[in-house]
Amino acid sequence: MQDKPIILKVLDIVSILLLGVSTYLALVFAPTELVMGAVQRVFYFHIGTAWTALLGFLLAAVFSVIFLISKDLKWDRYQVAAIEVSLVFFLITIVLGSIWARPAWNTWWTWDPRLTTAAVTELIYIAYFMLRQGIDDPDRRARFGAVYALVGGLSAPITFFAIRLFRTIHPVVIGGGNADAQGAFAMTGDMKVAFFFALFTFTVIFVDLFWNRIRLGDLQEKVEQLKLKVTL
Amino acid sequence: MLFLQNTPDTSGYMIAGYAISFIVMALYVASMAMRSRNLNQDLSTLEEMDQAAGQQKIKAEKDAPKTVTKTNGKK
Repeated sequence: MQDKPIILKVLDIVSILLLGVSTYLALVFAPTELVMGAVQRVFYFHIGTAWTALLGFLLAAVFSVIFLISKDLKWDRYQVAAIEVSLVFFLITIVLGSIWARPAWNTWWTWDPRLTTAAVTELIYIAYFMLRQGIDDPDRRARFGAVYALVGGLSAPITFFAIRLFRTIHPVVIGGGNADAQGAFAMTGDMKVAFFFALFTFTVIFVDLFWNRIRLGDLQEKVEQLKLKVTL
Repeated sequence: MLFLQNTPDTSGYMIAGYAISFIVMALYVASMAMRSRNLNQDLSTLEEMDQAAGQQKIKAEKDAPKTVTKTNGKK
């Protein structure tokens, strides 16, 4: 494998440092919310990971379109990388949401529109990898994957707008209130600092992991090509 | 003051949330590192096999007996 580019090495280190600073801001710098207590602090990572995950799913849909037009397998690798990293981030989002819901809603899980659409999105992308596993031919796998990711990409905006379109108990912290919301709160200045820093941090971490995952995909492709050559 | 409630102690949930977040991220990074290491091992093995196959092919071509056909011009 080619040596890691210096920019990627720097990005690795910057990501770790940003994660440390973001954790400090979320756990120490931001004030404690009076009604919910310390558990509200999971909100910063909850939104940070959700933002990047949903963006990643949309990005994968864009890569699908480019692949279907160009037929270049490079875009398939980009798509897989975006979906894999987003899947991990979205898992963190769902787990953090569930942990927050226990003291705030007195339940770990409820079939609220937002939670349901989030769970469906996660399952759609788990199924994406199962679909890929079942197809041996690389071109066919990439074509099916692209169409699937393109259709699956619709779940990202649906999940995002679920709390704005449907009657739900999930709070809408950014961009409007929700009369039925339980556990809503208004952000103070320090909370906003921690919040926006978390958004920035997870965006940088996403880019870093995405780049590393693309390199892994390239290596995988190289190994598969060489396997074919040696076999023949 | 009559309606003022004490802030509940939900720090256990917070700790659990952050712990899980870090564990999931660490596991993912570890899985990528492991996959990368395995692929690099596969790649070096395959490259060795490819080189060996190439050398064998060259050797076989060199060692191949030169065939001389003797014809006397008659059918």
